[in-house]
Amino acid sequence: MKILVGVKRVVDYNVRIQVKPDGSGIATNGVKMSMNPFDEIAIEEALRIKEAGHAAEVIAVTMGPKVAQEQLRTALAMGADRAIHVETDDDIQPLTAARIFKALCDKESPKIVLLGKQAIDDDNSQTAQMLAAISHWPQATFASSITLDGDKATVIREVDAGLETLSVDLPAIISADLRLNEPRYVKLPDIMKAKRKTIDTFTLDELAVEPAPAIKILKTSPPAKRQAGIKVESVDELVAALKEKGLVK
Amino acid sequence: MSKVLVIAEHDGTTLNGSTARAVSCAKELGLDAIDIAVLASDGCSVSEQAAAISGVNTVILVENPANEHAVSALLAPQIEALSDGYSHLLAPSTTFGKDLLPRIAAHLGAPQISDIMRVESARVFDRPVYAGNAIITVEAPEGIVIGTVRTASYPVAENGGSATIEKRELSVELPSHTQFVELSSGGGEGRPDLQAAATVVSGGRGVGSEENFSVIYGLADKIGAAVGASRAAVDAGFIPNDHQVGQTGKIIAPDLYMAFGISGAIQHLAGIKDAGTIVAVNKDADAPIFEVADFGLVGDLFQVIEELEAALG
Repeated sequence: MKILVGVKRVVDYNVRIQVKPDGSGIATNGVKMSMNPFDEIAIEEALRIKEAGHAAEVIAVTMGPKVAQEQLRTALAMGADRAIHVETDDDIQPLTAARIFKALCDKESPKIVLLGKQAIDDDNSQTAQMLAAISHWPQATFASSITLDGDKATVIREVDAGLETLSVDLPAIISADLRLNEPRYVKLPDIMKAKRKTIDTFTLDELAVEPAPAIKILKTSPPAKRQAGIKVESVDELVAALKEKGLVK
Repeated sequence: MSKVLVIAEHDGTTLNGSTARAVSCAKELGLDAIDIAVLASDGCSVSEQAAAISGVNTVILVENPANEHAVSALLAPQIEALSDGYSHLLAPSTTFGKDLLPRIAAHLGAPQISDIMRVESARVFDRPVYAGNAIITVEAPEGIVIGTVRTASYPVAENGGSATIEKRELSVELPSHTQFVELSSGGGEGRPDLQAAATVVSGGRGVGSEENFSVIYGLADKIGAAVGASRAAVDAGFIPNDHQVGQTGKIIAPDLYMAFGISGAIQHLAGIKDAGTIVAVNKDADAPIFEVADFGLVGDLFQVIEELEAALG
């Protein structure tokens, strides 16, 4: 069985992003780019499923400009068997991303598609659900545990009320939450080995994917800043301040 | 006529407060009508609560044993059947809405606007990106507008309405590929709901252990607060996941947020930006949480909590 995993190139999670003064977006020149942390967890989980003997092949997929292949190389160094790059310079929104994944599912027939639960740049949290919808497959989002049993997966999901367990028939779409696993570190020999692994490249046209209607970004602004507060010296001072505001009795 | 359908979140007996927040957002769209869809196995009580929200015209109740638990693969085709004739479809941006709405949007061939925090017009909205470190103003394309509502940005719409409750039978085939197994709650029983509480007492890595978290619970119980936590505290196993506040946890807007032993990673700050007053207690005077705290106190959190309990006694 094959597992398809989505990998998105995003601004590294440690970077304090800056909004461009003209409101046209955020500054990305010279900014460190990395694999979306949730996607790293998705890759790790796919590799663990393979290492446990439940999968034969892990295929990493990205969509974006040529430079996004860096993140595919990271996925290959972690242990993915091969990679697919859907090359485009367009801004790919979730519904179009889902259509691309669907086209690749039709080609590769994976039993599981593992995606990060959200990308830390646009914070949309949509692609897995949209892919599940157009594939008419089950979805198990925000997964913190995946157990495979034949043609079914039991997935524990992190939801607002606690932990929800779903049983889904395969093939299924699963999106990874933070506590699913801790991704492995990539070792130098693996990076060298990854250079010899295959990356197949497709365009949207080659996959016969029609881009979905898109949301138009009119402008980007910095968020409202909280007023800087004060340091208090003692609990008495703190309690007095909170009482004055009527926040404690 | 343009009208919006708000998808109700509930647990079978109680309407989740996030629904009335989504209604507050719906009111700003300036449309002709606001309807609420309640999908339940036995939805009388929930639909009555939904009908009491002021400004709601019609509550559409779909009762089906399959709706006992909110499983998106089962709810989505039903909502799609109801969505005909609506210009807008909204759901709260909780794990319920985040899981469900994209499944509907994709079937309808429409993009989704996640985490609406401001309505500029019926098609133009503000939403946060990069953990709230930038805000984008976006315009939805032609066709049905589908969005999740960032609940921390909207108040709970007041009661006092008396909407019509309309029962609807749907002849939609539901898939059998997804089975609900169980829901286990993190043990916040009896305490206020984190997403609705006026006061939240929250602990981070600095609390040190699961046992030590009892002091956080102790203070929370004393002042009637909900209990929150940073990702670090949840990852370390000090406290269950449903207490996590931040970019990937819960986004909250209490009147008072008290952070103990939380350093203040940007991902955590994303979850508390809309709090009325933020209090931070941390040993490290340089912790980034102090940059957003209204009142910061450098010190040992256990000693501070002890003194706080005495002072608030």
